[in-house]
Amino acid sequence: MAEMDTSSGGGHKKGPGVKKGKKLSTRIDLTPMVDLGFLLITFFMFTTTLAKPKTMEINMPYKDKNLTEEEKNKLKASAAMTILLSKDHRIYYYEGIGDDPVLKVTGFKAKDGIRDALIAKKKLVAGLKQSGALGPKDEMTVLIKPDSTSTYSDLVNMLDEMSINDVRTYAIIDISTTEQGFISATEKASGL
Amino acid sequence: MTAMCDVAFLLLTFFMLATKFKPEEPVVVKTPSSISEIPLPDVDIMLLTVDPKGRIFFSIDNKLKRKELIESVNDERKLGLTPEDINAFAIGPSIGIPFSQLKSFLNMRPDEQGEMMKEAQGVPVDTTVMSPTNELAQWIKSARYTNPKLRICIKADGDAAYPHVKKIISTLEGYKIFKFNLITNLKAVPPGTAAFEERNKVAKAD
Repeated sequence: MAEMDTSSGGGHKKGPGVKKGKKLSTRIDLTPMVDLGFLLITFFMFTTTLAKPKTMEINMPYKDKNLTEEEKNKLKASAAMTILLSKDHRIYYYEGIGDDPVLKVTGFKAKDGIRDALIAKKKLVAGLKQSGALGPKDEMTVLIKPDSTSTYSDLVNMLDEMSINDVRTYAIIDISTTEQGFISATEKASGL
Repeated sequence: MTAMCDVAFLLLTFFMLATKFKPEEPVVVKTPSSISEIPLPDVDIMLLTVDPKGRIFFSIDNKLKRKELIESVNDERKLGLTPEDINAFAIGPSIGIPFSQLKSFLNMRPDEQGEMMKEAQGVPVDTTVMSPTNELAQWIKSARYTNPKLRICIKADGDAAYPHVKKIISTLEGYKIFKFNLITNLKAVPPGTAAFEERNKVAKAD
């Protein structure tokens, strides 16, 4: 197969009885080169990363021990929603900041999930703004409080819900022991 | 035959030019998905990888910066690294071991290092930034000192428990870093939501 024209083409004359070498074809067999080409293609196809990973930017609330109480923004209870992330991707949420809350249980599901709750809350806040119960500067604020049994994916999914539903103000906050108590009480009540 | 060859080599050229080798990953991490479309920058990244068990691996991208970093850490923590160790660190993989094991780790062959990484405990971290056992804090501090432009990216597995990620976040907060990136996969925007309408509006305006 692999042939190459090696005949010198009879440049100089040999004796009268000697036959001229047969002129061989000048074509080279390309099969090994193509083989190698495909091998390299396969290699690059496997090692390449065409889809670059994406990132989501996150701004944590500014934390400073020297900040006085007056300097902190006060959050109106009617604009707030607290979301507690717990184990097995369960979500507990309540409206307001949490003086005697009614916890509702939900999850990241398409129907009646946390998304619907967020949309409903958003409408409610918009309505309150229109009626003048909330000032124009008040915005719907979501407090995300993951507990120690939640996973990182819960957090990311929750942050993603914020951007999906266009909630501008949200914060990741440590869960308090009272709220941990709410969760376990609800868990017991619903027999989980 | 010629046509096929042409196509083959065209493809080969394409892949050779378009390829960017996957950076060596210390552990396999399956990141959660989000609708965010911000691409990960190529340079000046500090990557904090968290695997499902909560082990933390630390790396920065630039070889020269890595060298500067290990030199400054070596000075501060008195690790007693030789110039060879320092070079090994500069070209080496991510770090997922405590300072105490660093010297012996750098003396290993790459395949032994890989073996050790599998059983490594990760960079020790704590909730307070000032604690001497918070070695991640030391890495972050020195890395930011060598390259102030560093962007901090957390690449955590979806199944990692929140407290592990929380420790990193509190360490960052201890340094007054309130802005960082979380690496995610891309997922489609669910239709009928605010973000979906926003995107479509932009698309129509174009």
